[in-house]
Amino acid sequence: MADKIKVKEEHKSSPFLIAFSAVILGLIAGGILMAAIGENPFAAYAFMFKGSLMNMERIGNSLATAMTLLFTGLAFAFAYKTGLFNIGCSGQMLVGGLMATIVAHYVFLPRPLYLIVLILSAIAGGAVWAAIPGYFKAKFNVHEVVSTIMMNWIAYWSIYYYIPAYLKGPSLETESSSIAVSQSLRSPWLSKIFTGSAYINGSIFIAAVAIILIQYLLSRTTLGFGLKAVGANKSCAEYAGISVKRSIVLSMTISGALAGLAGLSYYTGYSLNMQIGVMPSQGFDGIAVALLGASTPVGVLLASIFFGILQSGKGFMNAMTSVPPEIADTIISVIIYFTATSILFEKLWNGFFHKIHERQEEKAAAADKSPQEVQ
Amino acid sequence: MDDNYVIEMLHIRKEFPGIVANDDITLQVKEGEIHAILGENGAGKSTLMSILFGLYHPDRGTIKVRGEEVTIKNPNDATRLGIGMVHQHFQLVHNFTVTENIILGKEGSFVLHRKEASQKIKTLSEKYGLNIAPDMKIEDISVGMQQRVEILKMLYRDANILIFDEPTAVLTPQEIDDLMQIMKNLVKEGKSVILITHKLNEIKAAADRCTVIRRGKMIDVVDVASTSMQDMAAMMVGRPVSFKVEKAPAQPGRPVLELKDLCVMNAKNVLGVKNFNLTVHAGEIVGIAGVDGNGQSELVEAITGLVPVQSGAIIIDGTDATHLTIRERNELGIGHIPEDRQKRGIVPTESIADNMAVKEFFRPPFSRNGILDDGYMRRYAQNVVDHFDVRSGEGIRSPAGKLSGGNQQKLIVGREIAMNPKLLIAVQPTRGLDVGAIEYIHKQIVTHRDKGNAVLLVSLELDEIFNLSDRIAVISGGELMNIVDTSETNEHAVGLMMAGVRQQEAQ
Repeated sequence: MADKIKVKEEHKSSPFLIAFSAVILGLIAGGILMAAIGENPFAAYAFMFKGSLMNMERIGNSLATAMTLLFTGLAFAFAYKTGLFNIGCSGQMLVGGLMATIVAHYVFLPRPLYLIVLILSAIAGGAVWAAIPGYFKAKFNVHEVVSTIMMNWIAYWSIYYYIPAYLKGPSLETESSSIAVSQSLRSPWLSKIFTGSAYINGSIFIAAVAIILIQYLLSRTTLGFGLKAVGANKSCAEYAGISVKRSIVLSMTISGALAGLAGLSYYTGYSLNMQIGVMPSQGFDGIAVALLGASTPVGVLLASIFFGILQSGKGFMNAMTSVPPEIADTIISVIIYFTATSILFEKLWNGFFHKIHERQEEKAAAADKSPQEVQ
Repeated sequence: MDDNYVIEMLHIRKEFPGIVANDDITLQVKEGEIHAILGENGAGKSTLMSILFGLYHPDRGTIKVRGEEVTIKNPNDATRLGIGMVHQHFQLVHNFTVTENIILGKEGSFVLHRKEASQKIKTLSEKYGLNIAPDMKIEDISVGMQQRVEILKMLYRDANILIFDEPTAVLTPQEIDDLMQIMKNLVKEGKSVILITHKLNEIKAAADRCTVIRRGKMIDVVDVASTSMQDMAAMMVGRPVSFKVEKAPAQPGRPVLELKDLCVMNAKNVLGVKNFNLTVHAGEIVGIAGVDGNGQSELVEAITGLVPVQSGAIIIDGTDATHLTIRERNELGIGHIPEDRQKRGIVPTESIADNMAVKEFFRPPFSRNGILDDGYMRRYAQNVVDHFDVRSGEGIRSPAGKLSGGNQQKLIVGREIAMNPKLLIAVQPTRGLDVGAIEYIHKQIVTHRDKGNAVLLVSLELDEIFNLSDRIAVISGGELMNIVDTSETNEHAVGLMMAGVRQQEAQ
C-alpha cells in the first residue's frame, strides 16, 4: 500500500509539464487563427522561428529582447513568491532606465568602474520606486496594486517632463539624445560573437548573475526563508517572530531593483535612448513570463527566452507572409490563459499518469499469473 | 427490515479524491432513541451526516426514512422529511429577535404574523423545557440559549429527527447538563436524536445506542448502558487507551510568567482582558478554564506579543517583556502552540522541514551568517517528526498544508516542545487529535513541566484542564474569577465560575 502511494507521487505532473502543455496549446491556437485567415500556419511558424533563430545575429537580437523580459519577469516572480503583486515593473523600469541614461550621459570613468556605477544607478532607481509602495503597504496597508500603478504614471509623466527639458535629442522632441555606444552595455566583442547583432549587450551576464543570486537568496538564505514565509502565510510569519512590515518593504525593494535592471538592459543596451509617452509593455509582459515560469528563477529564464523568440520573430514572419505580427501577442495571451488555468492540466496529466500506471499494474498482474497457469 | 427504524442508511460509501470517507457504513436509528455516532475527527461522522442532510450524495448505498427509500438532494429535501440539524456554528441573525430568527425562511404570507409565531414558540419552548424568551435579541442571550434557539428552529419546522453536530464544544458544564436533559425531553415526546461526538462521557450520559466509526468504516453498534467507556474508546481508536495522565505533584520554583493588572483590547476595541493578575512558576502547569471567547485569545496574544497591551505588565523570567517584539519574547523562552493552527501555526506551502525551523531559522545551528544549513534543518525536522509521529506522504519534504489536521497539530506541538521553552503556552494543544495522540501529547507536556519549565494551558475541554493542570485559573468576561488548586476543586465549582459566578456568591 505504502509503495503504491509512492509510485503515484512520482507520477505527478510538474510545473514544467504544465508550462510545456500551455505553450503547445498556445501555438496550436495561433496556428488555427492563421489557418482561419487563409495562411499556412506551418510556413508562418517556420518564418517566425527563422526570424529569431536563423543565424547568430538573429539569435543575439532575440536574446537581447528576452533579457528585458527576464528582468521584469524575475522582478514580478520575486515579489509574487513573497506574497506581493508588483504591477509597477513598468514604472520601476522607467526610473531605473532614466537613472542609467543620466549616468551614461554625464559620468565618464574607466569601463569596469563605470559599469558598476551604471548598474547601481539602475538598481537604485527601480528599488526606490518600488520601496515607496512597499512602505505604504507596510505602514498604512495601502494595497500595492493600486500604489504601484500610480507610481507607474508618476514615472511616465516625470519622464515626459524631464527628457525634453534636460536630455532632449538633436532631432526629435519626443526622445532623449542617444548615449554613446561606448557608454552603453553593448560591446564590440559581444557583437562579433553574434556576427554583427546590434542589440546584444552585456545584460546577458547581469541576467545570469541575477538568476543565480535570486535562486540562492530564495532557497538558501535566512532572508529568503523569512520573505517566503511572509508571502505564504503572513499570520504564521508574524507568530514566528518575523517582522512582516520589514519583509514587505525589503521584498518590494528587491523586486524593484530587478525591474530597474530591466530598464538598464532596455534603455542602455537594447536601445540607446528613451522615448517619452511610452509605458514599456515589458513591465506587464513580465507578469506573463513569471506565470509561465511558475515564479521560479529558472522558469523565468526559459519563459523569457521563449517569449523573446516570439517577439523578435514576428516581424520576419510578417514580412514573409501576410500574417499580422499581432498574432505573436495573441499566442502569448493564449499561453497565459492556459497557464492560468493550469489546474486543468494538472488534473489531465495526473489522470493520464494514473491510467498508464493502472495499465502497467494490470500487465504486471497478468505476467504474475501466467507462470502459474503454465504450472 | 424492522419497522421501528426511523432512519436507515444502508451500506453508504462516499469517496473523495484520495480518501474513502465512508466505506460501507450502515446506520440504523430507532424511533424515540438518542443514537450517538462516535468517532475520532476525520473518521467520517460529518460526511455521513452531511449525506443524510443532503449536502453530499453517496456514491453507493440507500437511505430509508420510516422504511421508505428516499433520495435527499439538498437540505430542503431533508427538512421536508422531518430531518433537522443543529450545526456546530450557529446560523442566527444577531440583531434579530429569537422569534424573528425562528420564523426566518418560514414567514408564510407577505404580512408577518409575529404574535401567532411567538405564541407557537412559547408553547414549544414550554413543552420541551427549552426556557426561551421569544422577544430577546440573539446578541443579548447566552450561547447555550442560542443553541436552544437552533433547536426550536427545527421543532418549529416540525422536525422529528434532530441531528446534533458536536453540540457541546461551546457550552459550559452546566449548559451541557441542560442540553442532555433537553435531548431526553425530546425523545420522551417521540422525537429521535442523532448525536455526533467524540466525547465519551456525553454518550454515556445521554445516548441509548452508539454506532462507532473508525477510519470511514463502521466498527460496531453498541448498547451504551452495558458498554464501558474504556471499551468504546478502544473501539474508536483501535487499541486500549488510558484516560488519566500520570503525574507527580508539582514542585513550583521561581516565577516564569507574571501578569500584573493586564488589560488588553479585543477586536471590537473594548477591553477583552481586564486587570488580569497571574503568576506561573517553573515546574507547574496552570490551566486557564473558560467558555470560548471570554478573553483567552486576547490574553495569550498579549503574552506572546501578537497584540499590544493596553496597560499592565508582562514579566517573563524576570525580564519586563511588556513592550518587546514577538521575536525578542520568543528568544526569552516562550513556546506557543497557537489556537488557530491553520492561520498561525504553519506555512502551508512550505515543507515540514521548513516549518520546523520557522521560529529558529535565523540563528545557529539552523543557519550561519544568513546562510541556511539545509542538512541540519533536515536532521532536526526528521528527529522531531520521528518523536512526535507526524505522518505525511513524502516525509519531511511534504508541504505542511498537505498534512491532515491532526498531523499538523503534532507538527506544531513537536516544534514548540522541541525548542525546550521556559514557558510553554499551549492553547487547545490536542484539538483534533485522536485519543491515542492526546495521551502522548499530555505526557509530553507533563514531562516538559517536570524538566522545570512553566506551562500555561488554555483549553475549552474541562477534562483536559483537570487532567493536566496543577492550578486552575478561571476566566469569564475577560476577568480572572479565581485561581484554585486542582486537587481542591471539582468540575461543578469551576463550571459555575466559568459562567461568571464568583466563589463567594456560589457559597
